[in-house]
Amino acid sequence: MSQATLRVQKISGHAGSVPGEDTQREYTVCKLIDTTTCIGCKACEVACMEWNDLPFGETVFDNTYQTMPETRWNYWNLILFNEHVREEDGSLMWLMRKNQCMHCAEPGCLAACPADGAIIQYTNGIVDFQQANCIGCGYCITGCPFDIPKMNPKTHRVFKCTLCTDRVSEGLEPACIKSCPTGCLHFGTKDDMLDLAGKRAKQLREHSHFPNAGVYDPPGVGGTGVIYVLHDATKPEIYGGLPKDPHVPWTVKLWKGPLKWLGNVAMVGGLIGLFVHYLRYGPKAREEEDINPGGKP
Amino acid sequence: MTNGWVDIKNTDMMLIMGGNPAENHPCGFKWAIEAKRNRNAKMIVVDPRFTRTASVADLFCQIRAGADIAFLGGVIRYAIENNRIAKDYLLNYTNAAFIVKDGFKLPEADGVFSGFDAKSQTYEKSSWNYAGGDASGKPVPEAHATVAHPSNGAPPPAPALPEKVAYDFSLQNPNCVFQLLKKHYSRYTPEMVERITGIPKDQFEKAADLFTSVRKNGDMKKAATIIYAVGWTHHTFGTQIIRTAAMLQLLLGNVGRAGGGVNALRGHSNIQGATDMAGIFDNLPGYLKVPTPADISFEAWAKRVTPKPAKPGKWDSFNYWGNTPKFAVSFLKAMYGDAATKQNDWAFEYLPKVDRNYSWVYLWDNMYNGILKGLFAFGMNGVAIGPDSRKNIEALKKADWLVVGEIYPDETSEFWKSPGITTDEMKRIQTTVYRLPCAGFAEKDGTFTNSARWLQWKNAALPMPGDCRLDQAIVAQIFLKVRELYKKDPGKFPDPVLKLTWNYTDPSNPSLAEVLKEINGKTFVDAEDPATKVQLKAGQQVPGFAWLKDDGTTACGNWIYCGSYTEAGNLTARRDAGDPSGLGIHQNWAWSWPANRRVLYNRASCDGDGKPWDPTRRQVWWNESTQKWVGNDVPDFKVDSKPKDHMGPFIMNPEGVGRIFAPLGAFADGPFPEFYEPIESPIDNPLHPQQTHNPVVKRFKTPDDKYGTPKDGYTVVCTTYRLTEHYHYWTKNNPMNVQLVPEPFVEIPVEMAEEMGLRGGEKLKVSSVRGSYIAKAMVTKRIKQMMIDGKKTYQIGIPIHWGYRGIAEDEGKTALTPANLLSPTVVDPNAYTPEFKGFLVKVERA
Amino acid sequence: MNPTRRDFFKITTVGGAAAAVFGFDLKPAFAQLRTLKIARASETRSTCPYCSVSCGVIIYTIGDRAKNVTPQVVHVEGDPDHPINRGTLCPKGASLEQDILNERRLLKPQVRRPGGTDWEDISWDDALNEIAAKVKKTRDDTFIERDAAGHTVNRCESIAWTGGCTDTNEFNYLVVKSMRALGVVHLENQARV
Repeated sequence: MSQATLRVQKISGHAGSVPGEDTQREYTVCKLIDTTTCIGCKACEVACMEWNDLPFGETVFDNTYQTMPETRWNYWNLILFNEHVREEDGSLMWLMRKNQCMHCAEPGCLAACPADGAIIQYTNGIVDFQQANCIGCGYCITGCPFDIPKMNPKTHRVFKCTLCTDRVSEGLEPACIKSCPTGCLHFGTKDDMLDLAGKRAKQLREHSHFPNAGVYDPPGVGGTGVIYVLHDATKPEIYGGLPKDPHVPWTVKLWKGPLKWLGNVAMVGGLIGLFVHYLRYGPKAREEEDINPGGKP
Repeated sequence: MTNGWVDIKNTDMMLIMGGNPAENHPCGFKWAIEAKRNRNAKMIVVDPRFTRTASVADLFCQIRAGADIAFLGGVIRYAIENNRIAKDYLLNYTNAAFIVKDGFKLPEADGVFSGFDAKSQTYEKSSWNYAGGDASGKPVPEAHATVAHPSNGAPPPAPALPEKVAYDFSLQNPNCVFQLLKKHYSRYTPEMVERITGIPKDQFEKAADLFTSVRKNGDMKKAATIIYAVGWTHHTFGTQIIRTAAMLQLLLGNVGRAGGGVNALRGHSNIQGATDMAGIFDNLPGYLKVPTPADISFEAWAKRVTPKPAKPGKWDSFNYWGNTPKFAVSFLKAMYGDAATKQNDWAFEYLPKVDRNYSWVYLWDNMYNGILKGLFAFGMNGVAIGPDSRKNIEALKKADWLVVGEIYPDETSEFWKSPGITTDEMKRIQTTVYRLPCAGFAEKDGTFTNSARWLQWKNAALPMPGDCRLDQAIVAQIFLKVRELYKKDPGKFPDPVLKLTWNYTDPSNPSLAEVLKEINGKTFVDAEDPATKVQLKAGQQVPGFAWLKDDGTTACGNWIYCGSYTEAGNLTARRDAGDPSGLGIHQNWAWSWPANRRVLYNRASCDGDGKPWDPTRRQVWWNESTQKWVGNDVPDFKVDSKPKDHMGPFIMNPEGVGRIFAPLGAFADGPFPEFYEPIESPIDNPLHPQQTHNPVVKRFKTPDDKYGTPKDGYTVVCTTYRLTEHYHYWTKNNPMNVQLVPEPFVEIPVEMAEEMGLRGGEKLKVSSVRGSYIAKAMVTKRIKQMMIDGKKTYQIGIPIHWGYRGIAEDEGKTALTPANLLSPTVVDPNAYTPEFKGFLVKVERA
Repeated sequence: MNPTRRDFFKITTVGGAAAAVFGFDLKPAFAQLRTLKIARASETRSTCPYCSVSCGVIIYTIGDRAKNVTPQVVHVEGDPDHPINRGTLCPKGASLEQDILNERRLLKPQVRRPGGTDWEDISWDDALNEIAAKVKKTRDDTFIERDAAGHTVNRCESIAWTGGCTDTNEFNYLVVKSMRALGVVHLENQARV
């Protein structure tokens, strides 16, 4: 196991100092998604499934090329397809946006999580779930402004994109990035990706009749480790409901801010979280989604 | 492809039509995106549907399936009208100035060219020829023109090209190719284009203006590419669509140039190689023409298939096919070794002679009619592939035996239990079917040839599962067993079977490296190249096809692959990714035919003096000091031919130049492409309603061959295609791909769904006169209702990937209807490729 | 509530202060990473069998090719050195692992006899012997030496070979050799369609 390049900078539900905090220099990694060159081929979806050995699930064709309505606990990377008619000239656009964990600089999931060490943020910016420490309360799901983490109803553990920590820690790019045929996915430091994204947006404004092209790096969550180039940055919601101005819910902020001690008290028993979860989801959650009845190893 | 995948990054303009590379060639499509990103290149997509390629285009036009020639002809007209043409290129590198002989007639009035015989549905093509010329290029009366004379004893000669062609470099002669071209396409006005294609006039003009803008003000620096795939070939006029594109590219001076060309994106990993290797009835390896019964000797055959130069007197022509006898003798030496001698005419009589059409659709027709009794299907799922799957199933019922080599259970091997066949009927089917488990790609080595003509060696990664065998071992073992039987009992004409060379180290499991060495070829004697003084010892591999001889001292399995496995080793396994020019040539990665050239006709990337049209994209050039053609790519040209000698850059044509007018027998249906309607079309041809269809296209006549008309209620245009998530009839066995697109569906326009009161996800039934297909509807804005010749017309689209064996099929999640139950048995008269892309159906709720 | 990034830092700083006052540290925080599953796997360079782009792929198999290991695929990924795909793959190429390791693969020779309603197993030897006998009989029964005009044609119209899209050049060459030698003229390939 190599963690040479991954050091922890934030830990969920953790009191006291963070080991290794502020001891070393580190750059932030970033995934750039240029929706204007995405062809919706789903190579990233497959690469993610394949690399992470995720079990197959059942899907149903439902009037769209989109594989499923939303990400699943075992499907972390999903391209959202939207047929959109441009107001300007009535022309058709087929918008495709790769949806996955945004690896927020200020992650709502981590803030909401009461379980010590269940969610951590590395100094390179990757937000990672540690299922061994997860208590299955589902607070992270509430805390995420992008509706990304999903719970495995059988094991009661929450999963999402890890930005391929196993690859990144060994100096490789994430699996989705590597697979992307058109290069609409790009990986590097946040500074480099912002630079690249900015140039591409400028090119689209100047050469491709997209006067509102721009970069999506929402400040409400401190910026994201996944940024988008959009044909029209003034309307992120046309890309399958990308929130215009995402925030960590105020309840979570309160919980992790002035009232954090309450959480720490709760952690002592570790009961409230479970109790709240039971109230919220109940035992029915187990039947919500069955894992992979027809899947193959 | 004339060019290559990486080369697309060099383009300034893309016309993507008859292909959907974002979905079917995603990793090659990256170079189109690179061109957009790095050069601000523009992308025009013309397709019956707004595809995923269209989603990243700068301009999209929705065309009626099969109307492509009307669109391209309209662009040709636009380019000429607006002087967006490459004048020097046109004059010097094409036959634009050549004068066509009197008696040639365009199809303006009646829809047919001169020489049409309605009874036989064929053309007598002698009028499709150039006029012979005198020293100054003036036409001379035919009797005096120099025509090659037949040798005694040979059958009456086909008409030949004149040795000296008449020309008019002012391009004013009304019979010169340029003026005929102009006249021919003058009918393809924007209004006519709109009537036929359904593309509104202003949108068409926008596209024509954008594409031809690379030649604005006579500028020659920019390059435009045309990219297509089976959306063009799958029609009864497919070859002519591609020709129209080639003519347009010649007119604009885009062929031979980095970022230019006419680029076919082959649909499978090695069908380029299969074409090169002549896994098809009408060629021998390396595009040698197959002998006919009238070729009574090797000499007669060689004479017929070896062209003579035909050009303006003062020009030069390399006429590379003039070397045909060397390639042919070397091929026969590879086949029959010592048994092929000059005395026995190089074993010419061992080659089967072909004067009938044995191509795909004819093959099934012949099986249906009892002529064909045994079929080997190795990785070829003929029932699912169609067209007209029902007819193919009926044909298989009549066969004696079928041998399927596959890695998954497929529709063809299980035709006898296809849906609808009862147990009683099954018991009446007398066909014996063997199903042999083969090796998957990862378990085999050998080479594939990609669309860019690169041969790349791959390595076996792991052993085969179960009791599978290597394909080459299966074929070898069958052949050796048959040969043993012929040794015991001579039967009919055993010689070719007994004398075929098969001297592999392990004959029952030939090493593919050994086979590639045989394909490359070797010399039987010591040899020396007079120019370079390079010497070869007897038995050594030859370094290239220039070494091949017609005296029996060399053997070569496929001349265009000669140079791939030399004394320097297996060049197809090279892995040097270096690219010093930055043009994406990668000349030391793998090996490309011919002679490792990466862009064909690259001499045309230079002006008459041998200087690149665009100094920033230097492919090859004339080196004045060494008096040689040199470059970043291997010059596709006679290396010491001085520019002032005016040798044409299209060295495989006897004219040496590109053919805007294709003379004589080059095509079955005309020297210029004319728009004809698909055999099943919603309207009469607006250009000439009395001749709606391609006049030489024939229909098949079994009870299973039916053709629908709007009169019978078949009014909806249907097209078929692949999705990016699936691969043909293969990934339906792969759980990952099944998860991506789990079920078959039909894409229909919103307007049509509203009319039917149908919501997306509900089932519908699509019927052609041949069969029905049932699947869920995908209601989409991406296929719009169209106006075709004033008639409201709907198009629908069906992805082809399902059949009656697969994960979804076996789980009972589909209606078990292969898409090709719908498609008709008609073929392009040039390439014999079936019509899968435009036929008529009706649509109802299921 | 719409705090700026700076505000958020303030809030978390406050939170940190609160933790310092009220905090507990019940167990040491740690992060558990998956190890790189291909770290010591064997790499084989191959070519994707699907479309004609010919993407370079690396097939990762377990073991280091030592004698006592049966290689099995653990992963397939694009070859970053390949000039065309540069490591990328499409959704079909990216799922090649499941093409190689697939429970639907055919594993043994089978035969369906005339009138049969199911597959029967057959040995390779029996299958190949029977096929060879059928080839010879069919050829001998129907071989055409001369056409109506008396020209030599030496062809067998009653046997067809249809080859697939993923056959290698070398295999195709062996097919062309053996089939042409038998006089087979119904020689076709996916290339046509």
